[in-house]
Amino acid sequence: MKRTIVLAAAFALASAHAGDFSQLQRGKYLVQAGDCQSCHTDKNGPPFAGGRAIPTPFGTIYSRNITPDPATGIGGWSDEDFYRAMHEGISRDGSHLYPAFPYPWYTRLTRDDVRAIKSYLDTLEPVRQEIPPNKLHWPMSWRSLVSVWNSLFFKEGEWQPDTSKSAEWNRGGYLVEGPGHCGACHSPKNLLGGVKKGDAFEGGEGENWLAPDLTGRTLGGLSEWSVDEIAQFLLTGANDRTRANGPMAEVVELSTSHMTESDAKAMATYLKDLPNGASVAAKKTADTAQDTARGRALYLDNNCTACHMEDGAGQPGIFPRLKGSAIVQQADPATAIHLVLSGSRAAATDANPNRFAMPPFGGKLSDDDVAALLTYVRSAWGNRGGAVSASDVRSVRKQVIASK
Amino acid sequence: MATKLKSVDAVLVGFGWTAAIIGQELTEAGLQVVALERGPFRDTVPDFSPTQIQDELRYAVRKATFEEPDRETLTFRNDASQTALPMRQLGSFLPGVGVGGAGVHWNGQNWRFMPTDFKMRSHCEQRYGKKFLPDDMTIQDWPLTYDDLEPYYDKWEYLCGISGKAGNLNGTIQDGGNPFEGARKREFPLPPLKRCASTAKFDEAAKSLGLHPFPCPAGNASLPYTNPLGVKMGQCTYCGYCEWFGCANYSKASPQTTILPVLLRKDNFSYKTNATVTRINLDSTGKKATGVTYVDAQGREFEQPADLVVLCAYSLHNVHLLLTSKIGKPYDPVSGEGVVGKNYAYQMSAYVDVFFDEIVNPFMGAGALGQVVDDFNGDNFDHGPHGFIGGGYICMWQTGGRPILQHYLPTGTPKWGGGFKKALKENYLRASSMQIHGGVMSFRQNHLDLDPTYRDIFGNPLLRLTFDFQKNDLDMEKFVTERAVEIAKAVKGNRGYNVRPREGHYGIVEYQTTHNTGGAIIGDSPSNSVINKYCQSWDVPNLFVMGASAYPQNPGYNPTGTVGALTYWAADAIRSRYLKNPGALA
Repeated sequence: MKRTIVLAAAFALASAHAGDFSQLQRGKYLVQAGDCQSCHTDKNGPPFAGGRAIPTPFGTIYSRNITPDPATGIGGWSDEDFYRAMHEGISRDGSHLYPAFPYPWYTRLTRDDVRAIKSYLDTLEPVRQEIPPNKLHWPMSWRSLVSVWNSLFFKEGEWQPDTSKSAEWNRGGYLVEGPGHCGACHSPKNLLGGVKKGDAFEGGEGENWLAPDLTGRTLGGLSEWSVDEIAQFLLTGANDRTRANGPMAEVVELSTSHMTESDAKAMATYLKDLPNGASVAAKKTADTAQDTARGRALYLDNNCTACHMEDGAGQPGIFPRLKGSAIVQQADPATAIHLVLSGSRAAATDANPNRFAMPPFGGKLSDDDVAALLTYVRSAWGNRGGAVSASDVRSVRKQVIASK
Repeated sequence: MATKLKSVDAVLVGFGWTAAIIGQELTEAGLQVVALERGPFRDTVPDFSPTQIQDELRYAVRKATFEEPDRETLTFRNDASQTALPMRQLGSFLPGVGVGGAGVHWNGQNWRFMPTDFKMRSHCEQRYGKKFLPDDMTIQDWPLTYDDLEPYYDKWEYLCGISGKAGNLNGTIQDGGNPFEGARKREFPLPPLKRCASTAKFDEAAKSLGLHPFPCPAGNASLPYTNPLGVKMGQCTYCGYCEWFGCANYSKASPQTTILPVLLRKDNFSYKTNATVTRINLDSTGKKATGVTYVDAQGREFEQPADLVVLCAYSLHNVHLLLTSKIGKPYDPVSGEGVVGKNYAYQMSAYVDVFFDEIVNPFMGAGALGQVVDDFNGDNFDHGPHGFIGGGYICMWQTGGRPILQHYLPTGTPKWGGGFKKALKENYLRASSMQIHGGVMSFRQNHLDLDPTYRDIFGNPLLRLTFDFQKNDLDMEKFVTERAVEIAKAVKGNRGYNVRPREGHYGIVEYQTTHNTGGAIIGDSPSNSVINKYCQSWDVPNLFVMGASAYPQNPGYNPTGTVGALTYWAADAIRSRYLKNPGALA
């Protein structure tokens, strides 16, 4: 009997090395929770084989091939090599990885979870794909500068639970601050690309989109959303308020829609409890009634009403509500301008299969038109966003065109 | 030499409504399915965006979304004494091209056929006697009944979010609906579209004559809708750009707005665009399809082997493909032998334009926004005194007020200059039009075959259409048009009306309707039909043929609702019976 147990244990151990199924499942789940595929896949390229150009203020970084190809991927990496990359941001050859790779968040993962991730990545089909060298501006092209950056902005260490909070809150915190790396987009960055101290989750900029403020201080922000609404948004890509658009559409499709309901709720619980930052000062609203009259005419004249309705209420679960919307009322109108100019395809998930898209209006509306339109939308129906100027629109249009 | 591709479980020819349904159903059954579409991929954004779609010149006048006759067309003649010539410009009918097919540009006028429409011959012979029907009328009963199709009509209507009011719920006549319709098991998924001024005036006038007006069942969503597949539709905004346009607002039922969001996510479904199928391939016995051959945009030829072949192209193209692939015996109108190409039928449209005292804002329209009377359709009235069978509905439509093609002017108005402008100004906001939408029966001489002279770009003979309106149908249309005139006269506050009748020979130049039917008809025996009651080829049991090519004759209703129901019916038979035991089902 005893012998059988020992044998069974030995077998279990052996099979764990060969690829324990539950560990692989967990690894796959964490790879999805970490949205690894998104950055590590080039447009129409093989999944996880890297090569996607990631624009940063310091130049373009190309994501690595993380398939187990020995020559061009991470085929030869040991668990320890991989853990060091995830935990410290140091590559197998000892060089620093650029923090476009979100190790400042992944450092919070447990060693066990990192091992699970590695064991799953090891099961992927190896793809031989060389990655082009990064195109960074000097002095950022100098890799060892990253160690200086790390000493300023990087705090190594696994997630430390807060025992005064619920298990759900702590699970949510681990997912948000660790694999989910929500702050990588949703936190404002300083000039060097580090998260501004004390401003976590107050909104960040990336790829000409403004990732919304997730603290409770924003008009229409998460303070007005219920935990269920947040969880529904993460799981399905939509709720009665809005649909995931822009880069968040991809995050929902590849990552959050694959989470369990309890994990999505845990994340929502944690996000709802984020400390409020300084409240946003009331913005300058439309200058004159004439500004809004022109904007209203543009809104009604078959540009917006068809989907978003005359009263800005949208169509629940289908077309986003503009009345009380966080995106609409954000202090910085960049995302709203971007949406009007180039449109966006919303997330499609099994629960919400439509690939609804807002068409681009940039070819139809001038900078003046967009400014008048958004000034109206940001002040109509009780909205309190600021007025938008034609020069605001011009600068976003330039960036959007440049990024195409 | 064709490149041979990896075999699939099922190949669908075309990727419009019927392919979307069959694709969805067969992939649910676990099959690996590929659809081959001769046109491009299309989606709401960017192809039908509100920033561009309301462009009448591009889409309606220059016909941007339709089949291009310089690539594919047919030849036409009125009768065997004439030499058929190629149709070099679209006119009388407008087949779609591209993913979604004509399901992208239809109006959404969605009908069930009446129970008697399914037993047209036996019903008419019983009621009026065998001698009542002309000798050359070749109508025949369907091998299935309205009751057989009812659950599938229901499935289709709930897929599409049809807006309407039931007229007959489980045998009980309902106020406000069509009292002549077959019994339905439940209400429409959405309430009718909002009434507009012209349809309200029609309603009042029709009631004053003792008729039974009701709102046309509409594939334009009156409210936001989520269908049983979980696909959502936005509510119609009455922009008036349905017919010949893709919907900008996810409001008109189309493959794109009802099925594709789910189907295109599946790993066991794929499609190829710009892939024109030129042959259904058969094995040496000629009784089994081995797949299809198609040509891509670069002119390269491919063979796609498949266990099951489903023709999901437009009715005319289904027939063409059967003929060029030599499947089934071609129909010979002289001997009456053969079946492929038999019983081609069409429909008849006449109009009575009504001019009102008051403004009716015609630009607030939707493709199926209309008030209808069915009192003169099918066999809803006694044909005994009239000497014809069949009928049509009369509908006051408000489908839109597009500036170029959708304005109504009194007879005699100059076509250009100051007089035209003055009349347009006076009438644009104060006019609307009634359609007399009549069926066409099948006749021995009206048929489809291969043209002996003209060939398409692939070297295949063109399809040849031999068709003319017959006395039965002309008499019918005249009779129903006279009834429409009575309604026009009864409209309160009318300043007059115009009759635009449908008479004389059929011409292929003027637009009439894209409701071409027959040629691969459904029946109860290989001697009278191309496909059995499950839309399965009598000759090649692993070949199924979808669409209105199945109709033995063309009733007075728009065909799409029945196309949808028949496709679901066939899909059910394939899933529940054929796949378990592949072979002849009947």
